Amino acid sequence: MNKLTARVDRERLLLALAAPVLAVVAALVVTALVILATGKNPFEAFNDMLSYGSASDSQIYILNKATTYYLAGVAVAIGFRMNLFNIGVDGQYRIAAFFAAVVGGALHLPGPLQIVVIILVAMVVGAMWSGIAGILKTSRGVSEVISTIMLNSIATAVIAYLLQPGKLGQLDDAGTLVSTKNLPKSSWFFTFDAGPAGELWGFIVIAVLVGIAYWFVLGRTRFGFDLRTVGQSESAAEASGVGVKKMVVTSMVISGAVAGLVGMPTLLNDSHAFSNDFPLGVGFTGIAIALLGRNNPVGIAIASLLWGYLERTTGHLELIGYDKEILGVIQGVIVLCVVIAYELVRRFGLRRQQQRVGAELAAQAAAATDEKLEVAR
Amino acid sequence: MPRPPVTSAGPVKGVRTPFTGPAPCPAGAGTIAAPALTKCQLYARSGELTQGWHPPAVVWGRHRTHPLPTPPYLQGECAINASSPPSPQGPPGTPGAPTPAAAARAAAPAVELRGITKRFPGVVANSDIDITVRKGTVHALCGENGAGKSTLMKILYGMQKPDEGTITIDGTAVSLGSPADAIARGIGMVHQHFMLADNLTVLENVALGSEKLYGIGGRARAKIRELSDAYGLNVRPDVLVEELGVADRQRVEILKVLYRGARTLILDEPTAVLVPQEVDALFDNLRGLKSEGLTVIFISHKLGEVLSVADEITVIRRGTTVGTADPRTTTSRQLAELMVGSELPSPETRESTVTDTPALTVNGLRLTATDSDGVVREVLDGIDFTIHQGEVLGIAGVEGNGQAELVEAVMGMRTPDSGRIVLADEDISTAPTRKRRESGIGYIPEDRHRHGLLLEAPLWENRILGHVTETPNSRRGLLDGRAARLDTERIIEEYDVRTPGIEVTAASLSGGNQQKLIVGREMSHHPKLLIAAHPTRGVDVGAQAQIWDQIRQARHEGLAVLLISADLDELIGLSDTLRVMYRGRLVADADPATITPEELGSAMTGAASGHLDHEAPGIPAQAAPEGGDDA
Repeated sequence: MNKLTARVDRERLLLALAAPVLAVVAALVVTALVILATGKNPFEAFNDMLSYGSASDSQIYILNKATTYYLAGVAVAIGFRMNLFNIGVDGQYRIAAFFAAVVGGALHLPGPLQIVVIILVAMVVGAMWSGIAGILKTSRGVSEVISTIMLNSIATAVIAYLLQPGKLGQLDDAGTLVSTKNLPKSSWFFTFDAGPAGELWGFIVIAVLVGIAYWFVLGRTRFGFDLRTVGQSESAAEASGVGVKKMVVTSMVISGAVAGLVGMPTLLNDSHAFSNDFPLGVGFTGIAIALLGRNNPVGIAIASLLWGYLERTTGHLELIGYDKEILGVIQGVIVLCVVIAYELVRRFGLRRQQQRVGAELAAQAAAATDEKLEVAR
Repeated sequence: MPRPPVTSAGPVKGVRTPFTGPAPCPAGAGTIAAPALTKCQLYARSGELTQGWHPPAVVWGRHRTHPLPTPPYLQGECAINASSPPSPQGPPGTPGAPTPAAAARAAAPAVELRGITKRFPGVVANSDIDITVRKGTVHALCGENGAGKSTLMKILYGMQKPDEGTITIDGTAVSLGSPADAIARGIGMVHQHFMLADNLTVLENVALGSEKLYGIGGRARAKIRELSDAYGLNVRPDVLVEELGVADRQRVEILKVLYRGARTLILDEPTAVLVPQEVDALFDNLRGLKSEGLTVIFISHKLGEVLSVADEITVIRRGTTVGTADPRTTTSRQLAELMVGSELPSPETRESTVTDTPALTVNGLRLTATDSDGVVREVLDGIDFTIHQGEVLGIAGVEGNGQAELVEAVMGMRTPDSGRIVLADEDISTAPTRKRRESGIGYIPEDRHRHGLLLEAPLWENRILGHVTETPNSRRGLLDGRAARLDTERIIEEYDVRTPGIEVTAASLSGGNQQKLIVGREMSHHPKLLIAAHPTRGVDVGAQAQIWDQIRQARHEGLAVLLISADLDELIGLSDTLRVMYRGRLVADADPATITPEELGSAMTGAASGHLDHEAPGIPAQAAPEGGDDA
């Protein structure tokens, strides 16, 4: 009995890995075909990606990028686990980073305290922004997909309005960039010095902690069980005593709070101010990463590293005469394949398990009794 | 068990005069070895009680716009069942002689399955199935859930291809690649769940997808009328489907299949949604089809029904045909033994364990809901009842009369407009669902897939579901996976959940085993009140007996049970007190010791109310509807 259970488990693990691996392989094949179609050699390109990606400065760059992406992926994954599609991570992190930068630029607290305040402001603003969508959903039945997309646009407009010289923004010396006031140097986040390879952002530590917290809360607590229950079956959750509406708002708020962290590595480790060239669209990247990582804390980490790697290496391809749009092709195909592959693998896995259970029970029954012969007329 | 000769199954064709034909119900025969009453016998008994009983075609027909001629066969059918001499109801062992016509027909069976084997990777769903369905008969396919009936019917309907074996239709070997092939060969399927568009008329529903046959206008309407009259279906083409009751919808489904030219109809568990009177009417319809030369394959695991309507029975167990039974010489016990290798369980509990201590008191419960047209309807009105410790309160009613809402109101999943709900001494009227569960309400939901399980989660997580705050599942906010797993092992052991382990998903278990897991889970927290909504629906006979035993056992230990069921035998057998729900009100009560399913059924259709008294046999029960005599 144990044997079969173990086998089922191993098979499940294999199936779980099969989908993302298949998706990435499919993406590489499609990319190779695209490059071939443009009359160039795909293997040369892949070769360059490999060698350039393994350079030490590339690795630091990838890790720094992945820190941001990981937080975005987790923020989206919290919604996914609850069967909520928080497309609004993008607006949430931007508006959160903006207000955090404004507050950080205005305060002069002792360094560590100020960092905590900045991070908290970001989380609270992100949480409030997504909370609007949560409340609209529970009180008015507005789909969170619609409301969060709209809130993204509203966030863009609010930031554009406030980030003007004379309001909360200031023009830089060159006269080309509007930004918030710089954070005082004491409230910059620490970095790991990696010598000539560059600096590794210290916020990666926070990202790891967030990942651990995500795993622990969802997998090991009552609250996490309730949340997953709602995600798997809203009706069963309601019958089991979970307040579904409250859970929708709560999880939106938590997702938004984590989304608030997405801008922090950039703000605290890199730009130290919110300007109109602050990274855009990371929230959408987070959706792809959460999908690819199967909402699993380790999977999301691998997916964000892959995303960082692809960005870094395809950027270099341009220098040796390839089109930089290759990046979009690879990422797009991965996302498409991943969505299809997961659904196929999920259905296959369920059916397979049903059959295995059936076979196992049939074997047990056959062993237990020989009466079949007797009754077969 | 030896297979009775095929030719013995009785005069079937040739009996052209409608409906005086064979009604092979063993009821009248006094020779049956006195087991507990089966459904079939109960029906027959009531046939004597309420001769000329009206099929609910009439009861339901409140929207009718055309006068409904009552086909002759609808009258006195049960009387024929009970007494007509030529019908094959002789004592066991004296099968009726086949008429020449039947013998001729037998030469080319409507459907012949030989050696059908269907393997899914790792499991054999069907192996070596042999079935011969003669033309113009009702052939029942009988077996527990999971025995392989559905797979077999999917093969016959072209939804799946067999790995081995041959399908012969009307003497021609065929290969069915899709349902369209099957339909072209004259095989039609009436699914268990109706596939009708509510907002279209009957005509539109019937013509939908077959517009090429008779168009969508007058020709189609004429055809529907013609079929309806020919088979006594009483289908009115221009009524909106949403205005129809369940039984009428089923007739529309049957007509849909006939419209497409089917000569062999497969009916998958057709009686699951019907009250006894509707079942009788359906069986009359089936006999009508039969007498017009059509063939019916009737899938069921309700033995009494099978015995009362079938001309021949094939029993399937564990994917293979284990025997063919002649309904005239077989008792339901024998059939059950053939099906499961054990005796048919009985839900009877007679020794009373009712105490004076109220476990649940509901007072003046009222719930309104706004329907899609914006009209406020009363879903529950003036509901008052008390369940004492050790008491099973059964609620009978046609589905959709407020039972589901009542359960959800007691569970806290719906907020009533007014009313008080008291569990033991605790007023839980406003408590959230989780609080109510923690206070001691166990819940076996009506739809276990929607409300009772996380299908894609492992069994041990399903064991936590609904009791996440209680030991052994968690401590101080943290899940205790180890303890929950151990306790799941215990439940699987104690409640005989057949599974290879606790890490498999709930979806991979059969319905009966899923239900046993739910029952085990709810019982493990020693509830004061158990709400059991259709606890044995879709559950095989073996699991059914266990679930009944567990409810009985818990009742003995002082559990109060609110039992909702569509299975009237189960209701009558398990309950200490019976109430009937009709249009959101508790309209009648009855003593389960004396009431019959028919008497209960009449109250369920709103025809009787108050206290239902059982009258002596021979006199129509007082509670039986006056409506039973008109039209």
